Amino acid sequence: METGDNRIPTREEMYKALEDRMGSELQQKFLKASVAICGLGGLGSNIAISLARAGVGHLHLIDFDAVDITNLNRQQYNADQIGMEKTKALSENLKKIAPYCEVKANHIKLTRENIPDNLSDVDIICEAFDQAEQKAMLVNTVIEVFPEKYILSGSGMAGMQSANSIKTRRAIGKLYICGDEVTDVDDGIGLVAPRVMTCASHMAHMALRIIAGECEP
Amino acid sequence: MVKINGEMKDFAGKNIAQMLSAMEYNDSRVAVEVNLEIVPKAEYDARILKDDDSVEVVRFVGGG
Repeated sequence: METGDNRIPTREEMYKALEDRMGSELQQKFLKASVAICGLGGLGSNIAISLARAGVGHLHLIDFDAVDITNLNRQQYNADQIGMEKTKALSENLKKIAPYCEVKANHIKLTRENIPDNLSDVDIICEAFDQAEQKAMLVNTVIEVFPEKYILSGSGMAGMQSANSIKTRRAIGKLYICGDEVTDVDDGIGLVAPRVMTCASHMAHMALRIIAGECEP
Repeated sequence: MVKINGEMKDFAGKNIAQMLSAMEYNDSRVAVEVNLEIVPKAEYDARILKDDDSVEVVRFVGGG
């Protein structure tokens, strides 16, 4: 087996590679963008990796949980990261994928009270929580406090139904909903990687489209 | 009549909390917009729906 060249590419080499793929205009837009990812489970960890690979310059990761063995079926953590704070584990993994992405990690639980202080520095917010009540709390608070910001919410990606039922729609103002809006993990139907990743991809792609100036779903 | 998620319903004179309950929504799992403006949850009891209001209810389900 050939061994890889272990040298990490320089910042210039990484940017050049992205520019060659997408053109300098998009590369510059992505590089300047800042996106918050609230919740680092199956949705959030996959969104973060997609956005970092695309060259988004600033990611703000927020989660209060630690990696658990039951997360490994769909979340972007490794078996040797069980027990680590998700913010720390994902920062570590992102560093290997996109070493020049500026990652800010906050190990906190977002509440109505602390949202204004913690989400003021980003253009786009991804709601990637697990519980429906928390999703509603974050979305409602962001729309009230930061009406100028885009918020993308993942709702409905549990179970084994078709991946084709997962969609993106613009719901209210700058709120986009990604998912089937029906399947609920509380119904005991579980979550599998491809369907959750389909929803995460819808969210990450919508974020990139907004950054590129395309606001339609 | 009030338009709720595109359908005409007889909720004029009712408040948002009553409408949500009648339509079997859990008020901690929704976002509600009336005439393109979000209504804070604290105002669900006070906000009375009027004829020709256009309401969007976004319902969140668990999983992530």
